[in-house]
Amino acid sequence: MAYDNRNFIQKLLKMPTAAEKQAAREAKPEYQAIKTSGMTLTIKDRAKSADQLAKAQKVGRILWLVVVYAFLLFMALIVLFPFYWMVITSLKSTTEIRSLNQTFFPTHVLWSNYITVFNSFDFGTYVGNTLVVGVISTLGTLLTTIFAAFAFARLNFKGREAIFGILLATMMIPGEMMVITNYITVSRLPWFEFANGGVQMIDGWLTTKSAVFAAMIVPFWVSVFYIYLLRQNFKQIPNELYLAAKVDGKSDWQYLWKVMVPLASPTLISIFILKLMGAWNSYVWPNLVTTNDPSWRLVTNALRGSFTNSSGEPQYGIQMAATILVTVPLLLLFIFFRKYIMRGVGRAGIKG
Amino acid sequence: MAPEKTAQEKTPFIAKAKGFVVNLFKPKERVSADAGEKNNWKAWLYLAPCIILLAVFTFYPLINTIAIAFLKNYDYIQQTSEGFTLENFGVVLGLVGYTQSGDMVMRWNCTSFRSGGVVGSFIDAGGVVRDAYFTMDVIKYAFPNTLIITFITVPISIIIALFIAIGLNSIPAFHKALQTIFFVPYVTNAIAVGMVFAVLFDYQGIINYLFGLGSLTWIDQGAPAWRAMIALCVYIVWHSLPFKILILLSGLQNIDKQYYDAAKIDSASGFKTMMNVTVPLLSPQILYIMITSFIGAFKEYTSVVGLLGKPSTDGGGTNNMYTVVYYIYDMVKGNVQYGAAAAVLLFIIILIFTGIQFKVSKKRVHY
Repeated sequence: MAYDNRNFIQKLLKMPTAAEKQAAREAKPEYQAIKTSGMTLTIKDRAKSADQLAKAQKVGRILWLVVVYAFLLFMALIVLFPFYWMVITSLKSTTEIRSLNQTFFPTHVLWSNYITVFNSFDFGTYVGNTLVVGVISTLGTLLTTIFAAFAFARLNFKGREAIFGILLATMMIPGEMMVITNYITVSRLPWFEFANGGVQMIDGWLTTKSAVFAAMIVPFWVSVFYIYLLRQNFKQIPNELYLAAKVDGKSDWQYLWKVMVPLASPTLISIFILKLMGAWNSYVWPNLVTTNDPSWRLVTNALRGSFTNSSGEPQYGIQMAATILVTVPLLLLFIFFRKYIMRGVGRAGIKG
Repeated sequence: MAPEKTAQEKTPFIAKAKGFVVNLFKPKERVSADAGEKNNWKAWLYLAPCIILLAVFTFYPLINTIAIAFLKNYDYIQQTSEGFTLENFGVVLGLVGYTQSGDMVMRWNCTSFRSGGVVGSFIDAGGVVRDAYFTMDVIKYAFPNTLIITFITVPISIIIALFIAIGLNSIPAFHKALQTIFFVPYVTNAIAVGMVFAVLFDYQGIINYLFGLGSLTWIDQGAPAWRAMIALCVYIVWHSLPFKILILLSGLQNIDKQYYDAAKIDSASGFKTMMNVTVPLLSPQILYIMITSFIGAFKEYTSVVGLLGKPSTDGGGTNNMYTVVYYIYDMVKGNVQYGAAAAVLLFIIILIFTGIQFKVSKKRVHY
């Protein structure tokens, strides 16, 4: 029996078949023959003319920019808000900080918090310690970095690439692995102290001031990352300069200091500032090695844990005043050396 | 990669020609002979300070720390131990405990636990019920907290940084000023700003005031760990944005404008352009940021110290806000071997994650 089972479902549900739909569509005026004479041609995209499109695009772009600026300004506000809050909290009294209605500007501008900080917190000592440690460790780092980067960039020797590869691999190792053993190392290394007109040998670098400072400086005299950074910079210096220096009878040593170091000075400045900031911000290691005498501390590890009253409640106004004193030098450095810092970080990305 | 290409294009023809001529007359053999074997000892002299320092403070510690992790009852003052053991890892993972008399007990031999799993009861060989004490700080708090911090802060901060960088790259004015503002958190002291966030998140602080939350505790004594974690994550994201924005922005500025012209001709929408042009071309920078921020998040420590001052918000005194690195640093002066074991575990985790990211990047990153 011949049974037409095409369009079975359509028949069952009494729906128009595809052929019927097409016929209905062609019956509409749009599908009839069109008289093209006497018509003008306008090119349209989604039913809009070119003029309209250009206008819409312009409006769209302006709207988009408004949205982008609003977003960026909002984010900038979030980024800056903690700084603002830090400043105004440092000018408030404890009762105002603790009041139910938070004020966005102190009702009484109170400078006494700063005076309290200077009286109770030995800011000068800590800053002095930090500067001594920071500058000496930075200068040492610069020296070792310049020498190593020079060797890797300019001199040929056996195993150069292998050693450089090993150095780079150490950057992957978390510093915590080293801290454990380094603490043991510095607590056992011998130290020579000048006392009573003679030299005295002491066991460990944790008991006298000069030894503790050495413990905060010497382990940080080398930075693989800065070696990498400076080597890249040294490699960009054209070979011809080296050859010219050789023709002039200059030694490698003279070439390094007279040509390479001056040419790489922007990178060296970046390294100097980043390293100094690293010393200013260092917390973990100083906190471990300065436990024997609070007056050996650096700024950051002296800051945390200070200014709580007898019942353990933090005194936020004074705390914030101290925080500002720690933050402002960093911001000043940033203002004056913005270019070096951002360029250094852009290529570095590793703090300290 | 795009940056190199543009640098090449920018090299003026004259310089290229000059380089060619100079290369032509360069006495290659003589130089390499001169700078070869003869310089060997000199090169080592230049490298000596760096190599000596690295040997003492990087290579030796690495080996020594791994060794300590496998030593029983290591005493760092006397430098003595009772030989090789795997117990330290067991202790760190909460699997090995000790009785008060120092007998080792495995966790699975205990029948019941008290004080959040710290004290376990077991029946000894003589049939007596005794207590064993376990270290739960790492397995219960440090590892989970570290993982939570990592998987919350890394994606969120990368996405926000991406939006900000794309926004900064598309505006015609105030570009430099805004860029500088967004960089400011980088040059701040993690401890100092952590203390500022402690003021913001105080129970009488501005966050509660602005959002009308009454006197909800976030970071104070008695606050639940998850709320302290929110405050901590907000702070970490805030602090980690500038670096990411800087890297992404430098990547964006190196993208050839032609790609966008092509996208415009194809009348691709802004979102499509971002997903199909910007993000793929930024993928090397995104990979770099992912790897560095994953490692950074695994090592989160100063943010906890800055914000909380101690690894706990719990009145009961448990270290519920420990991170792995916090635990390691707490162990440095006491049970070094446990700290070393935790450090080795952290190292392995970081290696695995970095390896996974490199593996994934082979398929996804366009160089």
